Amino acid sequence: MSLYFTREHEWVRVDGETATVGISNHAQEALGDIVFAEVPEAGRKLNKGQEAAVVESVKAASDVYAPVAGEVVEGNKAVADDPSLINSDPEGEGWFFRLKLDNPGEVEGLMDEASYRDWIKTL
Amino acid sequence: MTVNPSGWRPSAPANEQGEAQTVTGNRALMLEEPLLFEIGKTDQTGVDFAEMPERSSRIGSLERSKPIDLAGLSEPEAVRHYTRLSRQNYAIDLGLFPLGSCTMKHNPRLNEKVARLPGFADVHPLQPQETVQGALQVINELAFWLLDLTGMHGVAMSPKAGAHGELCGLLCIRAALEARGDKREVVLVPESAHGTNPATAAFAGYRVENIPANAAGRVDLDALKARLGPDVAAVMITNPNTCGLFEPDMKAISDAVHAAGAFVYCDGANFNAIVGKVRPGDLGIDAMHINLHKTFSTPHGGGGPGSGPVVLSEALAPYGPLPFAAKYPDGSYKMVEEENAGDEHPNAFGRMVAFHGQTGMFTRALAYILSHGADGLKQVAEDAVLNANYVLRSLEDVLDAPFAESGPCMHEAIFSDKGFAGGLSTIDLAKALIDEGFHPMTMYFPLVVHGAMLIEPTETESKAGLDQFIAAVRAIAERAKAGDQSLKGAPVHAPRRRLDETLAARKPILTYREPEPAQAAE
Repeated sequence: MSLYFTREHEWVRVDGETATVGISNHAQEALGDIVFAEVPEAGRKLNKGQEAAVVESVKAASDVYAPVAGEVVEGNKAVADDPSLINSDPEGEGWFFRLKLDNPGEVEGLMDEASYRDWIKTL
Repeated sequence: MTVNPSGWRPSAPANEQGEAQTVTGNRALMLEEPLLFEIGKTDQTGVDFAEMPERSSRIGSLERSKPIDLAGLSEPEAVRHYTRLSRQNYAIDLGLFPLGSCTMKHNPRLNEKVARLPGFADVHPLQPQETVQGALQVINELAFWLLDLTGMHGVAMSPKAGAHGELCGLLCIRAALEARGDKREVVLVPESAHGTNPATAAFAGYRVENIPANAAGRVDLDALKARLGPDVAAVMITNPNTCGLFEPDMKAISDAVHAAGAFVYCDGANFNAIVGKVRPGDLGIDAMHINLHKTFSTPHGGGGPGSGPVVLSEALAPYGPLPFAAKYPDGSYKMVEEENAGDEHPNAFGRMVAFHGQTGMFTRALAYILSHGADGLKQVAEDAVLNANYVLRSLEDVLDAPFAESGPCMHEAIFSDKGFAGGLSTIDLAKALIDEGFHPMTMYFPLVVHGAMLIEPTETESKAGLDQFIAAVRAIAERAKAGDQSLKGAPVHAPRRRLDETLAARKPILTYREPEPAQAAE
C-alpha cells in the first residue's frame, strides 16, 4: 500500500487496483469543525479532477475532487452520518470513498507523503 | 425559577463576574424572552369568540380532525413578544453593518414614503391594467434607468433576488445557445466570484469548472484563455470581485470568451462600486443582475425582499423572460404576456415568476434613483470606494491586508488573520466586535484568502462613524496579535455568549416540540 497527496489536499491510499480517498489532516484543520459530508454513490464514474464529494464546515463548503480517474466502489456512509470523524481521524476512519482505478499508473503523477508534508509548510 | 423550562435553547450562562442574578432572568431593559409556545398555551385563546354555530362540513375528509396546537396569546402578549425580540436584533437602522459584498447601506425614508402611497401599496397583480398604469409606468421607467446605467440592450425586471437573477441570465444564455443548435456543457467560474455563481450554473444544468485567481487577486487571464473551447457555454465573473478588486482585464476576458462562442455573465452584486462610472455593456458583458436591494438601497437582510433585475446584451435580449411592462404609442402601459407577446417577443425562454416581480422594491429603487439623479449616483460609487479605502489604509498597519499593495480597493476592503497569536483567528475578532456594538464583517469569505475578513462600509457612513469602528477593530486586532485569550470568551456583553455553531449545524433542532411531561415537571 502506498499513500499519495494532491495539491487540493486529498489523500489517496492505493492497494492494487483500488484506491481510498479522503482529505488531509491539514485540510481538516483549515476547514475547522466539519458539519456535513456528502459522499458519492457506488457505480459513479469519475474523471481525474472531477467533483466527487462535498464537505462543509462551520466556515466554508468545499468540493472534494477525484485525484485519479475510476469508478466508485463505495462511499463512506460513516462520515455522512457523523462528519466529526473527518476532524478526529482525517487520514483513517474519515475516508470519503473508494475507487476502482481506471489506470493504476496514474497515481505516480501525485505527491508522495514526504513531499506533501514539506509542501504544506510553504503555504 | 427558570424562564425556559424546556431547556433546549442555547443556555444563558450565569454571570461569571459574580453580578447579582435577577429573578426573571431579565437584565434591566434587556428582557429574557421565551418562545411563543412557552408564553401561551395551546389550549388557551387570547380572543373571545362566540360559540361556532352547527354547520355541515363542505370539505369532507380534508377537514381538520385534531386541534392545530398554536399558542393562544392576547394581542399585547404577541406585540410585546416580537417587539422584545426586535430589541435583541441588530439592524442597519441601529448602526454600521460592514458585511462585505452585501452593500448594507441606509434605506432612505423617502423611498418608504413613496412605496406606501396607496396607488402603489394597495394594488393587486390581477386588477385591470388600466387601473394600475402608474405602477406599470414605474416598472417601465426603472427598466430604462437600469438600461441607461448599464449600457445594455434589454432587461428582465421580474427576478426576485440576486441568485434568481443569475438563474434568469443563465437560462437566457442556454436559450440563445439552443436556438443556434449549440450544445455546450461547461460554465467557468473564477475563484474570485460570488459563492452563488457555481450553484446557479449547476442548477441551470451546467458542469462547473474553477478558474484560479492570480497573485493580485484577479482572474488569471491566461488560465481562462487556455480553458476556453467549444464546450464552454459561459463564464460567470464578479466585477468588482469578492476581493473588492476591479478586474482590469474585463474587456480582454469578454473578447476572448466571445471569440470562443461563449457568453459572459457578470454578477452585479458589487455594482455599487461602479454605478454611474462604468457601463457593463461597454465591457462586453452579456448578462448581469442588479441587486436593487444593494445598489439601489431597498431594504434587505430581514428588512424586505430582494429584487434582482437582469440586464441583457443585444444577443441575449430576445430570449428574456415574460412578462414585462411595455409602453405603447398611445402613452398607455401594458404587461406583455404569453398571449400578447406575438411578434414583439416570440423567443422568450419562459417566465421566472407568476406576476410582475417585486413591485414594492421597484418603487423604492426608482425613488432612490430619481432623488439622487445621474450625478448623485456617480457620487454614491465614489464615496463608497473612498470609504472602503479609508478603512483599508486605517487598518493595514494592524491587520494583514493581502492585496493592499496592488493599489486602491473598490467598495470593500479585505484583511486576514495572519499574525494573530495564541490560536486566535478571525472568528474571535468578529465575536469581540459584537461586544463593541458592531455587526461583524463577512468572515472566511472569499476562500482565496485564509481567515478572510471582508469589510464593506458603503457610502452612507460618516467619517466619525467609521473612525469609531476602526478604533474598535484596531484595539481588538492588537489584542489578537498579543494572543489575549480572553477574546476566546467574546462576546461577553451580548444576550447570549458564544454559541456552539458546530453543534447547531450538526444537530439542528428545527421544530418546536412540547417538552415531555417528566421534563417539564423538573
